Amino acid sequence: MLQQWKPDPTFYPSPKMAIEAPIEDVAYVAAPRDDDNPDTMCVVDLNTASDTYGQIVNKLELGVRDEIHHFGWNACSAALCPYAPHPYIERRYLVVPALRGSNIYILDVKEDPKAPKLIKTLDANEVEERSGYTRPHTVHCGPEGIYVSALASAGSEEGPGGIFLMDHYNFNILGQWEVERGPQSLSYDFWWHLGYDIAVTSEWGYPAMIENGVSLEDLGERKFGHKIHIWDIRHRKNIQTLDLGDDYQMILELRPAHDPTKAYGFVNAVLNMNDLSSSIWTWYKNGDDWGIQKIIDIPAQVPENPDDLPPALKDIGMIPTLVTDHILSLDDRFLYVSCWGTGEMLQYDVSDPFNPKHTGTLKIGGITKSHPHPAAGPVSGGPQMVELSRDGKRLYFTNSLYVAWDNQFYPEGANGWMVKADVDVENGGLELDPDFFVDFGESRAHQIRLQGGDSSSDTFCYP
Amino acid sequence: MDTISWWGMLGLGAFHGINPGMGWLFAVALGMQEKRRSAVIGALFPMALGHAISIAVVVFVIALAQRQLPEGVLRIACATVLFGFGVYKFFSARHPKWVGMRVNFKDLTIWSFLMASAHGAGLMLAPLLLRMPAAEASGHMHHASMGMTDNAVMLLSAVGVHTLSFFLVMGIAAVIVYEVVGLALLRKAWFNLDLLWSIALMIAGIVTLFLKH
Repeated sequence: MLQQWKPDPTFYPSPKMAIEAPIEDVAYVAAPRDDDNPDTMCVVDLNTASDTYGQIVNKLELGVRDEIHHFGWNACSAALCPYAPHPYIERRYLVVPALRGSNIYILDVKEDPKAPKLIKTLDANEVEERSGYTRPHTVHCGPEGIYVSALASAGSEEGPGGIFLMDHYNFNILGQWEVERGPQSLSYDFWWHLGYDIAVTSEWGYPAMIENGVSLEDLGERKFGHKIHIWDIRHRKNIQTLDLGDDYQMILELRPAHDPTKAYGFVNAVLNMNDLSSSIWTWYKNGDDWGIQKIIDIPAQVPENPDDLPPALKDIGMIPTLVTDHILSLDDRFLYVSCWGTGEMLQYDVSDPFNPKHTGTLKIGGITKSHPHPAAGPVSGGPQMVELSRDGKRLYFTNSLYVAWDNQFYPEGANGWMVKADVDVENGGLELDPDFFVDFGESRAHQIRLQGGDSSSDTFCYP
Repeated sequence: MDTISWWGMLGLGAFHGINPGMGWLFAVALGMQEKRRSAVIGALFPMALGHAISIAVVVFVIALAQRQLPEGVLRIACATVLFGFGVYKFFSARHPKWVGMRVNFKDLTIWSFLMASAHGAGLMLAPLLLRMPAAEASGHMHHASMGMTDNAVMLLSAVGVHTLSFFLVMGIAAVIVYEVVGLALLRKAWFNLDLLWSIALMIAGIVTLFLKH
């Protein structure tokens, strides 16, 4: 492998500098299926000057019933981190784990960003044997390798789930990351405060609790995750567990401040068992300890016609909010919150992480409501995976959560779509782009990654 | 040591100091994380110490080898290792792994020792070291060879000169980047010093092979 003479131009030392990055020309969107057709990695043209702007211009077929879900880059701005700098590595490979099939695909996008090539497949056996885990999920490029989280232990398909490392040159799996996991067993997302040598992990459920749709029995018994864990990265040791209380089930996406000198971040609790609301919490460093505090409650809604509710919700008679994803802008100012149940995308100014201000609302889809899209009319599903351009001006989001769960909450169908909203970064506020609607047909549309990086792809070691 | 060797020690100290991976970048990051210049300055001392230890190990190993091995054998061995390591570094982007920004004096000393050792910083000095009197002594016993103490003092001075130059260049780079230039430098002016470094190792290997006595 011949090295590069210059650092990869998509690496930025600080989030401030990344905000100045060029506008993205391409989006990669994970598109799982609910039939025996293969999942695809779809390429969406985002170059406004192009004839195919806003269309899927390529589909790369991957596994069948694999559920490709969250994915990430082999390398990112973390390569500039001062203690192991290696900025000549290229951001050119997408690392794509399959959440159901447990395969991991490595796609090369260098030669033609619109035509990713599959260059390596780590099959489920290899992943499980080498990592000790199964159901790989989140991918983050770290300063010294690729980190991947997984829901469960290989073999048992129960706890503990955790994190494993991959080599960022040859994609070999290097093994389990944790040395001392303490009480942690459930697993889902992870991210970190590299400036503080701290990682944070969250909790969803074991495969059996999710793979046939959300297990209402387990939910009733409050078996889903309700904690986050704080880790000492240097010693790979769980140093503190923060319990949100078992009223709160499923603690998912972790969005630490991008500025490495700030020691706080945001996480979503999907379901409050008492009233089906969702909430956003702020975790924060408090002296030598860490604390967590609820900052936003988003109530469930009453349907106009209860008969429109899917069977799973008929008895309850309410539309749960189901905040299943959120994204923090690179300037740590705006948090965008996807309400998958109620069909809303909410924008908050979180400049003060303990006193959020609601600055914008956008409605599309939702259980029973189906707020239409100007270009497509009524749509299925609701705002789910959300991604933001580095300059914070273009918000893209899709509508699928997890195939089996889509079918539960949107039994009439959940054909995939991706939309865009334009953001007023000065005053706050967001508006749906009436002309931008990407139709994925019978494919589901899940995570979006933007060419060159986005607001959840990179970690910065300098403020 | 002759004038060329002393200047060589100084020059290579500066070359090691200017490499962001050897210390100044970490010092800048620590200053930014803590938002104070004293954190930048404070980091330079353990980094210089770690670098000096790594260099000293190689210097004394070579000095010992000079007493044990015929000059030609040692020269060819050093040349081979240097050139081979240079070729390896040229083609491999592998980098030492370290995790941690919350570092104390000891951590930074170890970090710097690891970085210098993994990059072959001390090895690069081999052609200069092999020019020293001890080398002559093994080949030409009739010359007055240096006493053990004098030799040790001279080697320590060589390490000291190299480290001082390393420290100054690293320090100036760190303070200028922290105070004036800013991180934009990392995007605009940073080129692969590790690649240049690997070429320097190869050149050092060739120079070693053709050293004249």
